[in-house]
Amino acid sequence: MIEITPRENPSRLLTAGVPVLAAVLSLVLAAIPLAFAGAPILDAYGQMVTGVFGSAFAFTEMLTRATPLIFTGLAAAVAFKARLWNIGGEGQLYLGAMAAVWVGTGMIDGPPILMVPLVLLAGAIAGGLGMLGPAVLKTRFGADEVVTSLLLNFIILIFVQMMLEGPLKDPMSLGWPQSEPIVDAAVLPQLMEKMRLHAGFLLAIGTAVIAHVIMAMTVWGLKIRAVGENPAAAKHAGIPVTRVFLAVAFASGALAGLAGVSEVAGLKGYLTADLSPGFGYTGIVVAMLAGLSPLGVVASAIFIASVFVGTDSMSRAIGVSSFLADLTVSMSLICVLLGGFFARFRIRRLKAGEAA
Amino acid sequence: MMDILQIFLSDSFWAASLRIATPLIFGVLGALLCERSGVLNLGIEGIFVVGAMMGWLTAYLTGSLWLGVIFAALSGGLFGLFHAVLTVPLGLSQHVSGLGITMFATALMSFSYRTIFPQVSTPPRIEPFRALDVPLLSDLPFLGPVLFQQTAMTWLALLLVALLWWIMDRTALGVAIKAVGDNPDAVNAQGLSVIRLRMGAVVAGSALMALGGAFLTMSAFDAFFFGMVNGRGWICIALVIFASWQPGKALLGALLFGMFDALQVRLQTEAGALIPGQVFLMVPYVLSIVALIIAARKADYPRALLQPWFKGQR
Amino acid sequence: MTTSQPVLSLRGMTKRFGTVTAADAIDLDLSRGEVLALLGENGAGKTTLMNMLFGQYTPDSGSVHVWDESGTERLLPPGQPHAAIEARIGMVHQHFTLAENLSVVDNILLGTERLFHLNRNRRAARAKLEALMTHSGLHAPLDARIRDLSVGERQRVEILKALYRDVRILVLDEPTAVLTPQEADGLFVSMRSMVAQGLSVIFISHKLREVLSFSDRIAVLRHGAKVGEMATAEADTHSIIRMMIGEEHDAPERSPGKTGETALRLSGINVAPGRDTGGLLDVSLDLKAGEIVGIAGVSGNGQSALARVISGLVAPSSGSIETATASQTALTPRTALAQGIGRIPEDRHHDGIVAALSVAENLVIERLDDPEVSRAGFLKRSAMAKHAEDLSAAYDVRGPGIHARAALLSGGNIQKLILARVLETHPGVILANQPTRGLDFRAAAEVSRRLIAARDRGAGVILISEDLDEVLSLADRILVMHAGELTETASRDRSAIGQLMAGHAA
Repeated sequence: MIEITPRENPSRLLTAGVPVLAAVLSLVLAAIPLAFAGAPILDAYGQMVTGVFGSAFAFTEMLTRATPLIFTGLAAAVAFKARLWNIGGEGQLYLGAMAAVWVGTGMIDGPPILMVPLVLLAGAIAGGLGMLGPAVLKTRFGADEVVTSLLLNFIILIFVQMMLEGPLKDPMSLGWPQSEPIVDAAVLPQLMEKMRLHAGFLLAIGTAVIAHVIMAMTVWGLKIRAVGENPAAAKHAGIPVTRVFLAVAFASGALAGLAGVSEVAGLKGYLTADLSPGFGYTGIVVAMLAGLSPLGVVASAIFIASVFVGTDSMSRAIGVSSFLADLTVSMSLICVLLGGFFARFRIRRLKAGEAA
Repeated sequence: MMDILQIFLSDSFWAASLRIATPLIFGVLGALLCERSGVLNLGIEGIFVVGAMMGWLTAYLTGSLWLGVIFAALSGGLFGLFHAVLTVPLGLSQHVSGLGITMFATALMSFSYRTIFPQVSTPPRIEPFRALDVPLLSDLPFLGPVLFQQTAMTWLALLLVALLWWIMDRTALGVAIKAVGDNPDAVNAQGLSVIRLRMGAVVAGSALMALGGAFLTMSAFDAFFFGMVNGRGWICIALVIFASWQPGKALLGALLFGMFDALQVRLQTEAGALIPGQVFLMVPYVLSIVALIIAARKADYPRALLQPWFKGQR
Repeated sequence: MTTSQPVLSLRGMTKRFGTVTAADAIDLDLSRGEVLALLGENGAGKTTLMNMLFGQYTPDSGSVHVWDESGTERLLPPGQPHAAIEARIGMVHQHFTLAENLSVVDNILLGTERLFHLNRNRRAARAKLEALMTHSGLHAPLDARIRDLSVGERQRVEILKALYRDVRILVLDEPTAVLTPQEADGLFVSMRSMVAQGLSVIFISHKLREVLSFSDRIAVLRHGAKVGEMATAEADTHSIIRMMIGEEHDAPERSPGKTGETALRLSGINVAPGRDTGGLLDVSLDLKAGEIVGIAGVSGNGQSALARVISGLVAPSSGSIETATASQTALTPRTALAQGIGRIPEDRHHDGIVAALSVAENLVIERLDDPEVSRAGFLKRSAMAKHAEDLSAAYDVRGPGIHARAALLSGGNIQKLILARVLETHPGVILANQPTRGLDFRAAAEVSRRLIAARDRGAGVILISEDLDEVLSLADRILVMHAGELTETASRDRSAIGQLMAGHAA
């Protein structure tokens, strides 16, 4: 028998250390599937490290991969803080990307100073509306937003395919379902010569800082935290709970939408139905690993991007399936969940005959 | 209009409805059992993948379909046990744990498939369940093709509906499961173990979910593909609310769903020229959301759903 | 009919939590057919002691002895919940442990039937239950669902549940908290007849009147130790209270205040009943400045609805609400605050504080847009800290500091935090819903003192309490709530008010 008692005041060191430990542990656990696949384990880890830190190009590739994850991670972190279960980041990402393509492929023409903000705004609004829907269904009808936002992912992805075979299809694409390229004025500029890293990365960091300031220092942040922790008391204290909830839903969707804009306008240049390899879902892991802290999201997005990029590179060299990256990332989520438990509770073995 | 009427009169339409409904029946029953005990299991989508892969793999390696079914259920139960440990004795977030299980299970199955079958050009196939040709009965007009030309797994699903109804409604075990999902303190005060009841329900429910996945690779198709579950697990989570956590209504919900899905396939062939095919593909997901909206208002959630319970705390 | 035949003996029961000794070498004896009242302030150790008896906690030292029918003594193994059940010791918890989605009979039989038995024969069980109901005089509709039962009926189910298992010792934890005085009397009559048949009862209560009339013997706990024990026949209120708090209890002196203008007027308020709360039927109330209006009643008769209307959480279907500054058909929490209505909620953990926010944040949560708290949307952290330090000192809110999560405060300190937040703005109207529930004498007296001080300052106070003694001691006027209707009474007589609480015209 074991007895579980809550810790009165979990130490900050413990709370902060848990995600780091979880991340390390998930990397260590990756050795098991590697061994299962018959790969040389130490060599594989080496390949992963050089795949990320081996060259300036590799490193910037990793940051490029981290960019959408920062956005989707922020989307999840902000929503979860208000106990809004936005699992629809994937769909909202595509909505943002679609809006960016719609506005940025010639509908309006202007200088970059106008076009870039316009494309970002369009993507944010589209993504925001994409989460506002489930949030309204929740507040109006009590329909669980977990399920509706999840199902919307499928609907939106099919919708994207439909648009790419229809109105958004590039006539020059020789039958491939892809959109026209974004006009040059709307493209997020590259940060360095010959590297794919683009201004979306800086934008993501800036957004994380703003999110941090809002959550920690403003009345809005306090309201969001109050609504998330105890909506009944928040309502009793005169905080407009529904309005805060809907605003958070919009903001969360908008953040995921920005991920889509950043991918289209910063990296790919056009929209395809395989724009995102699950950035929306991975954002949930990013947020949890960050303990829902906006600044932490940047760090955890970089960690997870490293896992993906490193594994890809290792996979090419050794031939182990790159699904290993998904496996490692999912294990890090479970590890951080478990770690949170050990940070919050004390576990004591009981002598025989004792009871909790 | 005549065309739609014809669809409804054709036995193949009703047979297809039941076929499409089968994996959902398994899934909704599984979700129902978990939620009745107070545990939301968002691992369902991943557990479907586990059932699909493990059932198929076992059948592929041993040549025995029923061994595949058994292994699918066992491995689904194992992932359910994982979710149960995290959420019941440890009391961790059921949302996050469930999503974690789904991600982990999906990644593990994909990784294993790729590792066992590196870069195959055509997916390896098995000989799937055949339609049970019940002598005489399958020759009945209409009912024959609809009911008696289904595979054994469909029959298993229908059988499980009855079994679960009986357990929940007629046995002390069912009463205890319903009680632990309503007020765990009541169960504890009467000397029953909250932890064991909940963990048992989640493991058993997860095994049922895995059978839904196994149906996909062993009855509906004959091979394993990435992404073949395609949101069916999430649809079950919506349907269980629509079914107000009752086995009978779960069957009804899954059948209604199967009907609409079968209908859209047929309408697609009829009206494919006028409407883009994707519109029809959206139908199942849209329907699930609509079902949820209809049911949510008066949904009578198990009161202790999502609430962790620790001994000695009130 | 107390006998000298022992059934239970707790000896030297000790339990420490860290540095706190929750139970310190407590001895307690119980005889067959005896009613032992266990008294003490909150935190005196009653719950700890019972949790050790029922195996929820393992004592650090001490032993539990039980005697079976034949008089053979046996030791109860520590820390095993099953042991108490097998020794036929039952408990009726203050918070009911019933599954609301199940029928009465399912609840009673829960845990008595084998889980994996396919065949379920309930005829014998039902017959036994019927006999039990006739015997005890406690009746409940066997096939009704718990959720459709009244609170009184649910409690009878709780007791039947214990009796069905042939308990020889029954522990009742605050059994009358939710009953009308008449229902409570009925319960005591039933229990008396069971006791006459040999049942032994440990009865935990705050209500001295009940303790004096129902028990045979009284044991008093304070700070984890037993400080006194006496035969009820030899006890009186003063001696008991002196034992419980260690000093003479000074009830707050009530002197009539000076009433002024109307502070709050409710006219013809109707609210439809909800799933868990009663509704309101044409309720009117005229609250003057400088008076305390006490609303007595058994909980669930519409008090919550009334409180929610005044708090702005629920909009009445008809009627009007008039404050010193405005008249309207419904309030919101915001407009209620803006019109000077301070609210002390019934469930302080659920509605009163956000446990994960700091003490300082909780102190300003009702006025976040106040220029003292924020500027241009940014919180003024240092001003908030100073404000919190000042208020904590003035209202004696004790805890690990103003930046600690409010979750770390004790119940009494949470209530002081809420009082500080409400009173510092000098509201013209104060709604105090069960303000002292669950607090010990000292904290409760402090709350009462603050409310009287607010009244003397000129506030109108609505005091909703299910503790009739509290209403009698604080209120200038008394209204009784029953089935959604509010009736004023000039009487200060317990039984007359009790009649009104039960819905009988006085």
